[in-house]
Amino acid sequence: MIKFVLMVNRQGQTRLSRYYESVELNRRAALEADVVRCCLSRKKDQCSFVEYKDFKLVYRQYAALYIVVGVTDSENELSIYELVHNFVEVLDKYFSRVVSSGPADGSRLKLFTQLRTRKRSEFSKSAVALVKKTFVSV
Amino acid sequence: MSDVVEKTLTALPSLLSLDSQPGSAKLSSTSKLGNLIRGITELTSKHEEEKLIQRELSAIKEQVSSPNTTMRQMKELMVRTIYCEMLGYEASFSYIHAIKLAQQGTVLEKRVGYLAVSLFLNENHELLLLLVNTVLKDLQSTNLIEVCMALTVVSQMFPKDMIPAILPLVEEKLNHPKEIIRRKAVLALYKFYLIAPNQVQHIHNKFRKALCDKDPGVMTASLHIYLQMIQENPEGYKDLTASFVAILKQVVGGKLPMDFNYHSVPAPWLQIQLLRILSFLGKNDQSTSEIMHEVLDESLRRAEMNHNITYAILYECVKCIYTIHPKSELLEKAAKCIGNFVLSPKINLKYLGLKALTYVVQQDPKLALQHQMTIIECLDHPDLIIKRETLELLFRITNAQNVTVIVEKMLEFLRISKDDHTTIDLVGKVAELAEKYAPDNEWFIETMNTVFSVGGDMMQPDIPNSFLKLLSEGFDSVEEDRKLRLFAVNSYISLLQGEPGKLPQRFLQVISWVLGEYSHLREDLEAAVVQRLLARLLDMKNCSSETKSWVLTAMTKLCEGASGVSVAQQVSETYSSSLDTVLRQRAQELQHLSQDSELRAKALPRGVGLEPVEVDSSLSFLDGFVSEALAAGAAPYKPPHQRQEELAGTKALSLEPYGLSLPISMSSCITDRQSPTLLSMSSGLSGDSTDLSHKGGSAALKLDGVKRVWGREGYLSHKEPVEEPAQVEVPSPVRSPSRQGEADSSHSRTPTLTPTPESDQEKQQLASSLFVGLGSQSSVCLMGKSEQTTQRFRRKAKGHSAASSTSEQMSNSAVSPPSTVDSLLCNNLLDSNITSELAVSSPKRTSQLSQGLAATNGTCDADTELLESDRKESKPAVITDSYVVAADPAPHADPDRPKDLDLSSHLPAELSGLSHSEITHLCTNQNLELSACHVQKEDSLLLIVFISNSSDSAVQQILVQVDSDELEVSCVGDSPVEVRSHSVAVCQYSLSVKRPAVHIELAGMVSYQLPAGSPQSAPFSYKLPLTSFIRPLTVSTEEYGTMWLAFSHDTRQNLTLISDDQEPLTATLNVLKRRLQLHVVEIIGMEGIVACRLLQDQPCLMHCRVHAGTLAVWLRSPVPDLPDCLIYHCQRALQGH
Repeated sequence: MIKFVLMVNRQGQTRLSRYYESVELNRRAALEADVVRCCLSRKKDQCSFVEYKDFKLVYRQYAALYIVVGVTDSENELSIYELVHNFVEVLDKYFSRVVSSGPADGSRLKLFTQLRTRKRSEFSKSAVALVKKTFVSV
Repeated sequence: MSDVVEKTLTALPSLLSLDSQPGSAKLSSTSKLGNLIRGITELTSKHEEEKLIQRELSAIKEQVSSPNTTMRQMKELMVRTIYCEMLGYEASFSYIHAIKLAQQGTVLEKRVGYLAVSLFLNENHELLLLLVNTVLKDLQSTNLIEVCMALTVVSQMFPKDMIPAILPLVEEKLNHPKEIIRRKAVLALYKFYLIAPNQVQHIHNKFRKALCDKDPGVMTASLHIYLQMIQENPEGYKDLTASFVAILKQVVGGKLPMDFNYHSVPAPWLQIQLLRILSFLGKNDQSTSEIMHEVLDESLRRAEMNHNITYAILYECVKCIYTIHPKSELLEKAAKCIGNFVLSPKINLKYLGLKALTYVVQQDPKLALQHQMTIIECLDHPDLIIKRETLELLFRITNAQNVTVIVEKMLEFLRISKDDHTTIDLVGKVAELAEKYAPDNEWFIETMNTVFSVGGDMMQPDIPNSFLKLLSEGFDSVEEDRKLRLFAVNSYISLLQGEPGKLPQRFLQVISWVLGEYSHLREDLEAAVVQRLLARLLDMKNCSSETKSWVLTAMTKLCEGASGVSVAQQVSETYSSSLDTVLRQRAQELQHLSQDSELRAKALPRGVGLEPVEVDSSLSFLDGFVSEALAAGAAPYKPPHQRQEELAGTKALSLEPYGLSLPISMSSCITDRQSPTLLSMSSGLSGDSTDLSHKGGSAALKLDGVKRVWGREGYLSHKEPVEEPAQVEVPSPVRSPSRQGEADSSHSRTPTLTPTPESDQEKQQLASSLFVGLGSQSSVCLMGKSEQTTQRFRRKAKGHSAASSTSEQMSNSAVSPPSTVDSLLCNNLLDSNITSELAVSSPKRTSQLSQGLAATNGTCDADTELLESDRKESKPAVITDSYVVAADPAPHADPDRPKDLDLSSHLPAELSGLSHSEITHLCTNQNLELSACHVQKEDSLLLIVFISNSSDSAVQQILVQVDSDELEVSCVGDSPVEVRSHSVAVCQYSLSVKRPAVHIELAGMVSYQLPAGSPQSAPFSYKLPLTSFIRPLTVSTEEYGTMWLAFSHDTRQNLTLISDDQEPLTATLNVLKRRLQLHVVEIIGMEGIVACRLLQDQPCLMHCRVHAGTLAVWLRSPVPDLPDCLIYHCQRALQGH
C-alpha cells in the first residue's frame, strides 16, 4: 500500500505531495521535512529503501529532484521503485506533446503543479525539454 | 494505495482519447499561478514563503467570497488554493467553494472542483455530505466525462452512510459499454468494500463478472477487491484459483496488449498482484497449490531478464513458492533466485534478497547457512538499512547456541542507531532473545542492563515488567533464583555506586524495585548502605517523581536498623510536604512503617510479593453487607445498562442507536454469508507465522506454538541423518576455540564459503558462531524454536494464578509494591474472612463424614463432577452467612443423622438415573424431618422434598407449600397426604425461573397433624444456584449470529484465563462447559462462542476473546439480569478451578 508520494528538490522544498491516507495539514510539513532529511542524507551507493517509523520509504533521484514514496512494510519495495520510474516515463511521454513557449525559469516545478491539477494545457516547451533532459539522463 | 497511482496512470491515456484536443491552451507568463510559483521559487527563506502565501491566500479569500467571481475565475482560484494547501497552508475557507464548483461548473470547471474536493477533504469531513447530490446527479449524466469524474471522486472518498444512496447507480455502471466507466465503477465498489464490506455483499457475483471482463483494465481493477477478500477469507474463493492461474498464464505469456508492457515485461504490477492472491489461496492447501505450480514455474522462467522489475516479480514469486504447499523443484529454483539476489552487487537487490531470506529462513534455515558469508558481510555493510535487515534475519535464526553473538551484534547496532523506532523495536527483540536463550545469569543480567540503559525510557513498558516478573516468580530451582537475584543486586549496587545520573528512569525504577526486594540476599550488605544509595537517587535533578515514588517504596522495604531508620526519617520528612500527592503518600508510609517494624513486616512481608494478589472481582466478600442492606430496605443494585434502559423505557421513542451487535471481528464473519465458519481475520492469521507482515516484536513470539511442517526438502519430519554432531556438544563456541575448528570444518562444506584463510579467518569464526546450531540436526528445533531443554528461563508452571497476563504482570509485579495501603486493606479483609471461617467451623467438622456420604450415594457417584458446583452452593439457607466461605463443601448434615444415607433411595425410580444435588436437611419438627435435593433433568429442574417420619405413628394432613419470588413452582404428581411411621414420603416440584438471580431461594412451609395432637407447621427454606437451571443450547454459528443481534441485555467482563494448558481458551471454556453446562459453539483462534439456555427456553449467548491474557467475555440475552448472574457464576467456576 502506498501511503503518500512526494516530490522534493535538493533544498528539501516540497514540489508535489499526494497523500492517500489522511494526514493532518499541520503534521504534513513536519513529516515531509523528516522524510526528506532521511532520503537526502543518503549516498548514491546506498540502498533506495529506508525504514521510517513503522513504514518504509522508497525513493528515486532524478537529477535534483527526488521522488519519495511511503509504503507499508509488506509492500514489494522494488516494484514501487520501478513504479516511480514508470510514473516518470508516463509524465515524460504525456507532456512532451505540449507545444507552447514560456520562460525556462522554474518550469520543472511548474510541470508538477500542472500535473497535480491535471490541466494539461499550460506547459512550456522548455519545461518539457528540461524534464526530458532530467529524466532521460538518469 | 498503489492502485490509485496505477489507476491514475492507466486512466491517463484513455482520458486523452476522450478529450478532443490534447493541451493547446497556453500558460501566459502573466498567469497568476505561474506568478505564484515563480514567486515561491525565488524566495530563499521559509519565513518569506509564509508571508507570500498568506498574502496570496487572503487575496484568494476575498475574491472567492465576492459574488461577481465567475466559475471560470473560481476554477483558477481553486488551482492556486490547491497549490497553497499542498505546501501546508490551510485554506479551509475554500472548501465550500470547491464543492460549489463541482456542483455548478461546466465540465472542466467541475473537474477542478472535484479534484479540489478530493484533495481538501478527508473521509470524515462533514462537508462531504454536500457532495452526495452532485455525485448522484453526475452519475446519471449522459456525459461520460461527468460520470467518470463522479466515479473517480467516489473511489477516493465517500461518506460511509450515504453509500446506499448511490450504490444502485454504481452497480449499474458495471454493465456500461465503455470500459473506463466499468473500471471506475469496480474501483468505486472496492472503496465501498473497504469502508463498508457489508453493503456490497450482494454484488459478489458481479465482481466475478468484472474479473472475466474482456477489458484487461477492468479485470485488473477487480483484482484489488479479490486480493482484499481472499486475504480475509481464502476458503471462500478457492474455486477461483484456476481463473487466477489462467490469467497469470496469459499475462506471463504476453497475451495482453503491448500498452501494458513496462520495459517489455508484460504488466509487471498485475503479475505481482496475481502472485499475492495465489499465495493467499495456496497457503496450507495442497490441492490448490498444485494447480499453481506450473504457472509459478513459468513465471520464474520468464522473469530471467536482467531488469529491476523482473526481480520484483521474482521476489514475489519466491515468496509465493515458500508460502504455498511446497514442491521441491520449485523450492530449489526459488532458493537459487534468493542466492542471486543476496550475492548481487546491486544494493537494492541485496536488500530484497535479505528480506526474502528472512521470510524463507523460518521454513528452511539451511538456506541461511548457505549464504552465511554473505550475511556476515552484510552485517558489516556501511549502509545501516542493510545492517538492520541482516539483524532481522539473524533474529529469526537465533538459538541457544548463537544467542550471545547475535545479541552482541544487535547491541552494537543499537549503540550507533539514532532512530527511535528502530531502537524500540530492537530493544524488544534483544530482551526477548535474552529471556529465551540466556546461557547464564551473568550474561542475562548484563544484557538486560544494556537493554535498559540503551532502550531508555522509549522502550515498551512490558520489557521491564516482564523482567521483574521473571525475577520475582523465579524458576524451578530455588537456588538458581537466589543466584540470579543476588547477581542482579550486586550489579545494581555497583551501578549506583558509579554514576546513576546517566541511567534512564525506567532502569532506575527497576533497580530500586530489585534492591528493595532482594538486597537482603547479600549478607555482607547492610540495608543502610542501600538506603543511602537510594536516597542519593532522590537528590538527582533529573529523577522523575514516578521514579522517586519507586525509590521511596524500595526504601520502605529496607528500613532496618537504627541508621537505616534515620535515613528513612530524613527522607520522609523532606517528601512528606511534597506537592506531589503520590510522593507525599509514599513518604508518609515510609515514615510510619520505618517506626513500626511489626507493622512493616505485616504490610510488606518479605518474599510474599511473589504471590500475585488475588482479586475477588465478584466482590463476594461483600455479600453479607449487601444482604443486610437489602434487608434494611435498600434498593437492589442494577447494572448501568439496565438503569439506562429503564430510563429509556419511559420515553415513547428509542433515541438510542441500535446496539453495535457483535464485536467487529466477530460480526464480519457471522454476517458474512460466504464464510460463517471463519471467525475473524486475526484469528485466521494467528495460526501462521509465515506472514511477513507479522514482523516486529510479536513475530517471534508467535513462532512458539507453531510447528513448521515443511521446508525445502518437503516435510521436515523425515529427519535427515545427523551430519554435524560436533556442534551439538559445543555449548558456547565463542569461548572454546579448539572446538571451533571442528565447527569450521563442518561448515566449510557449504558451497558459498570461499577458503581464503588469512583475511577471512575472523569472519569465518564469526560465521561459525552465528550459524552454529543451524545444521540439519537442529533445524527442526529452530523452526519451532522449541528447544525446551536449552531454554534457560523457563517460567515456573503455576496454577491458575499464573493466568495473570502481561498487563496484569504490570499490576502484580510493578504496581503492587507501592500499594502498601492496599495490602493493608487486603489484610483486614483476610482477617474478617478468617473470623467468618471460624464462625462456621462447626459444620466443617462434619465435612469429612459428608464426603463419605456422598461416596456411598451410588447414583451420585457417576455424576460427582457435574454436581460439584451444585453441591458447593446448595447449602440450606438457614446459615446464609456461611455462604461467604462456600469453598468447603460442608453440607448441613448433623453427624447424628445417618438416615440421610438412605434418602436417596427414596428418589422416584424415574429420577434415580439422573444427577441430583446433595440431599440437604431442611427442618425438623418433633418427629417429622424434611430434606430436599434438586434433580437436573434435561428440560426441567425438579425439587424433591423428602418427608421422613421417625415417630411411631403416622403423620396426616401433610401440606407442603413452596414458593419463591424468582421461581414458578408447580407440583408434579400427587403430594402425599400421610406418612406412615418410620417411613419417607416424597414430594416433587417442577421449577422454572421467572426472574434470574445469582442464587434462588425457596421459602416453604410444611403443615401436618399428628393423630393425637394439634396442627403443626414449620417453615423451611432452600437455596439453589442459578446454574442448576442452565442447560447447553445447541446452535450453529449462523444461528448464533442472528440471535446475537436480536438480544438486548448484555454485560461484559474480563475473566481469569486458565493458562496452565496449551490452549488457554479451550481449557477455560471446557471448565465452563463442565461446571455450568454451557455449549461451546465454536472456537477459532483466540475467540470462542458459547451458548446456553435458562430453563425453559431463554437463551444466553457468550462471546469470549482472549485479550492480553484475560478472557474478555461478553454475554447477551433477551432476559434482563441473566447475563449478570451468569457472569458471576462463570467467575466462581474459574476461581474454583
